[in-house]
Amino acid sequence: MERTTMDLWVGLFAAAGAAALIGLALKVGNLTTANIGDTYTVTAAFENIGGLKPRAPVKSAGVVVGRVDGIQFDSKTYEALVTIKVDKRFPFPKDTFANIYTAGLLGEQYIGLEAGGEPDALKNGDRIAHTQDAVVLEKMISNFLYNKASETNTKQQAE
Amino acid sequence: MFKKLFKPLFKKLDSVLRGVGHRIIDRLWRLGSGLRFFFYILLYSGESFRRIHLTIREIYFTGVMSLIIILVSAFFVGMVLALQGYNTLQRYGSSEAIGVLVALSLVRELGPVVTALLFAGRAGTAITAEIGLMKATEQLSAMEMMAVSPIARVVAPRFWAGVISMPLLAALFSMVGVLGGYMVAVPLIGVDSGAFWSQMQANVDFREDIINGVIKSCVFGVACTMIALFEGFDAPPTAEGVSRATTRTVVNSSLAVLALDFVMTSFMINV
Repeated sequence: MERTTMDLWVGLFAAAGAAALIGLALKVGNLTTANIGDTYTVTAAFENIGGLKPRAPVKSAGVVVGRVDGIQFDSKTYEALVTIKVDKRFPFPKDTFANIYTAGLLGEQYIGLEAGGEPDALKNGDRIAHTQDAVVLEKMISNFLYNKASETNTKQQAE
Repeated sequence: MFKKLFKPLFKKLDSVLRGVGHRIIDRLWRLGSGLRFFFYILLYSGESFRRIHLTIREIYFTGVMSLIIILVSAFFVGMVLALQGYNTLQRYGSSEAIGVLVALSLVRELGPVVTALLFAGRAGTAITAEIGLMKATEQLSAMEMMAVSPIARVVAPRFWAGVISMPLLAALFSMVGVLGGYMVAVPLIGVDSGAFWSQMQANVDFREDIINGVIKSCVFGVACTMIALFEGFDAPPTAEGVSRATTRTVVNSSLAVLALDFVMTSFMINV
């Protein structure tokens, strides 16, 4: 073997390429943050999930404790059934509240868990009973307008 | 009289149709021989892998020698993306999202595509010109005379060198581009460094974005190298023929890369 310098350069090139790929995976991508170790799965039913998507974060007190695993439609109750994976390190009581919040005014939606007071913790496969739907802007606006209109109507009638 | 009037018109129409038909048949012919060429390359790959130093030599010429142009352009592309992105994002008060913008556009699109375009211009033309000239100076016929298959000795090593080099170059392009964006966003503009990286990590998915980018660059590697090799192998053995083949390599590779990019993106993105 004589072309040692060329082999060296090719080796360096391959190593740099592999390093770039690993760098992309670890520094740019979510390979480190996506896998949150051991998890337990709970479900929650919502009447309206708004723009919630799979892989959306599940937060408690603003800290990411899990991720949305999947969203299905329950054709019996006409509700959205959301499967949530929560990190095993964070047990939540059975009467935990699951709310759908929006990050910022127009940001992406996430599930916020608010711990209740019961001593028993949620187990794998449990269902969160207390849920609060996503806020739909159009609904809020129409409610507001409807209330305003009925207010003015009653005022006029009183006069 | 009727016949007399229309005869030249028919003659004209006839020659036009002949020209169109000739072109279509010529394209189909080239497509078919290109596919045959591709199968021959795969068939002779085993033989060329046995002399792996040939492939390593070609990786040096196509991959390592393209590094400087790839890395420098990646750095500039990243910096321009950050500047342009900041200009728009700061109007909506979300200049921290600049990391996401730079990383996603590089990893998904610009990394593979710009690398492939630069590769076609830097390495593809060299391959075409080299093989075309080898053909013109009858080196390929001489090899055949010595019972050495030119496809195993000359073509297959260059093919695998291109296919191996392209994903590595694209990964380096994306990484250096992100670093270029960082250099503009954090020290120059003053975006918070932690927000830059954490927003990027929260929104760039390993499987959906990074692996798809790598798949794209592998496909571009096959397409660019195949086109360059075939144009060289198919070139008329004259000075004019080689120069035309080199031009065709750049034009066809660029078009193939952009068209394939659209097709693959439409499969990868769920609308």
